[in-house]
Amino acid sequence: MTELDFMTSPQSAELGRFLQQMLLIRYFEQQVEERYRDAEIPGFVHVAIGQEAVAVGACAALAPGDVITSTHRSHAHALAKGTPARVVMAELYGKVEGCSRGRGGSMHLYDVERGNLGSSAVVGGALGIATGAALSFSLRSEPRVALAFFGDGATASGLFHESMNLAQLWKLPVVFLCENNRWAESTPLAQHSPIADLSQRAQAFGMTALEVDGQDVEAVHRATAEALAHVRSAAGPVFLLAETYRLAPHNVGDQQEYRDRDEYELTRATQDPIAKLREKLALSDASFAELEREAEAAVADAVEFARHGTDPDPQTLLEDVYA
Amino acid sequence: MPETKTRLSYREAVRDAMSQAMRRDPDVFVMGQDIAEHGGSQKVTLGMLEEFGPDRVRNAPISEMALTGAGIGAAMLGMRPIVEIMYEDFLTLAMEQLVNHAAKERYMSGGQLKVPLTVRTQGGAGWSSAAQHGQQTEGWFVGVPGLKVVYPSTPRDARGLLWSSIYDDNCVVFFEHVQLYNQREELPEELEPIPLGKARIARAGEDVTVVATGPLVPEALAAAEQAEQDGISIEVVDPRTLQPLDEEAILESVRKTSRCVVAHEAVRRMGFGAEVAALVQEKAFDWLDAPVERVGACFSPLPFAPSLERACIPRREQVYAAIKRTVGGE
Repeated sequence: MTELDFMTSPQSAELGRFLQQMLLIRYFEQQVEERYRDAEIPGFVHVAIGQEAVAVGACAALAPGDVITSTHRSHAHALAKGTPARVVMAELYGKVEGCSRGRGGSMHLYDVERGNLGSSAVVGGALGIATGAALSFSLRSEPRVALAFFGDGATASGLFHESMNLAQLWKLPVVFLCENNRWAESTPLAQHSPIADLSQRAQAFGMTALEVDGQDVEAVHRATAEALAHVRSAAGPVFLLAETYRLAPHNVGDQQEYRDRDEYELTRATQDPIAKLREKLALSDASFAELEREAEAAVADAVEFARHGTDPDPQTLLEDVYA
Repeated sequence: MPETKTRLSYREAVRDAMSQAMRRDPDVFVMGQDIAEHGGSQKVTLGMLEEFGPDRVRNAPISEMALTGAGIGAAMLGMRPIVEIMYEDFLTLAMEQLVNHAAKERYMSGGQLKVPLTVRTQGGAGWSSAAQHGQQTEGWFVGVPGLKVVYPSTPRDARGLLWSSIYDDNCVVFFEHVQLYNQREELPEELEPIPLGKARIARAGEDVTVVATGPLVPEALAAAEQAEQDGISIEVVDPRTLQPLDEEAILESVRKTSRCVVAHEAVRRMGFGAEVAALVQEKAFDWLDAPVERVGACFSPLPFAPSLERACIPRREQVYAAIKRTVGGE
């Protein structure tokens, strides 16, 4: 890791590391868009451009042993939880070297050793699993926490309400981290939620709710740490609402004909979490360019690794259907 | 030393398997609706709260989906949860979690995860429980790669198979039948695990094989008695585990008898019996002396009126008639 001019205090050094991770995710996602358009990556992909600060700030607050569950928009969570870019990219290419051995793909990234219990591409589908992981921690009296990432769209699903109810009823150590990017695919928040402030969802269950600016990685980190402290004190789960922005289409190829062009461009210009952090750190152009080069190189290396990965042998097709 | 015997009902056998596992293993616990003080809608968990406490005999809200999801999550972390779904009709509420998650986590993760979850449920017809509390749904789960499906018909099988289900590293959907709960059997006090995927020959015979599941096993045995009077010798094969299926046991029997009847309480059309019939014609065609006969419920929602329910649900008479058809009887 490059020694950078801004890393003069532990605090700014930490923010600098956050910036490096966010840049890695940004470059990763941009490469994914390009590689997908060039038909190198099969299936379909959802990038998390605009939501990097949520993944990085939240995962940085977790302790070893804590676990996450993720969503169809999963690359940022996997990278922030520490899965190497090479291994994530190899999975997107469907290679044996991928984090799910080519069985999962973009929407099903797993890294159990690093605490990523996987991403469910059924919206809200992993909320019960996170609740159950927390139940195991509670039954075994382990000081661990489960953190579930999900989007605003998931708050309309039945499993969300059932899981919130169960977790609060049983005071389970789980953080429900809602990334409100204001779009459930093409449906804006106002068309899928009767309330604008999603933290009110938590009130129905008597659950503690916290809200945070999801474009401010430092704030996300602080809020997640606060949520984790609450949860670890056996005070019950926390609903953590991160207000964020999807600065990209729902999936690569989505034309976003439903989205106002001016609003989109203005949001991209004003709500970029990386630009905000760069400003906060008062980074010189040279330093920032150096960080960009680093991220770009790491992603280029990941792409080369994935391209040279091994296609799964059809002989292994039926492996792991059953344990 | 003489074996100590105990006379257990099917209900007590299920309870005994859970209790023995929970005594030995703190990672086993059970959760479901009304299972604590009330002992469950069919009293299967009666008394377990007193022995194991409310953390391990967890009364749950009416949230089948989250409960199943929580079972999956706890199982992924290495516990061996048992989720009780009050009626198998309500498995529909947990279907998404079972099909998209419990069945697939291991595969999607490239082998990183196991889901040693047991989902126990019960149901079945014969008491006018009508269309939402009596249908047989096991046929919906046998077609899901990654799930195992178990359906015992005797106390011995219920106890031994439930033990093996709890200790299997995959998600097992375990079906119990309401009409079997009071059936009793003398069992050794020491639990004998029964491996999943092994059929049981419930009755040995020479002329016709009846592959039967759940309550159709005792019904088939009764039909076999009747056929015996006609000089027809019946072999009854109870697969016990529907997924994975002990194909060889079925084929071996059919190769001996050359005739096959498949009988279950679930609807006949598109049912589990169709898979057995296909298996037999694919792998034992040359041995068959008659078309494979299928016995199952009519293709309608389960009716309420006793006269209609009797007309819909197969019992010994329908099995006997099918046997007679395979031997060219009237």
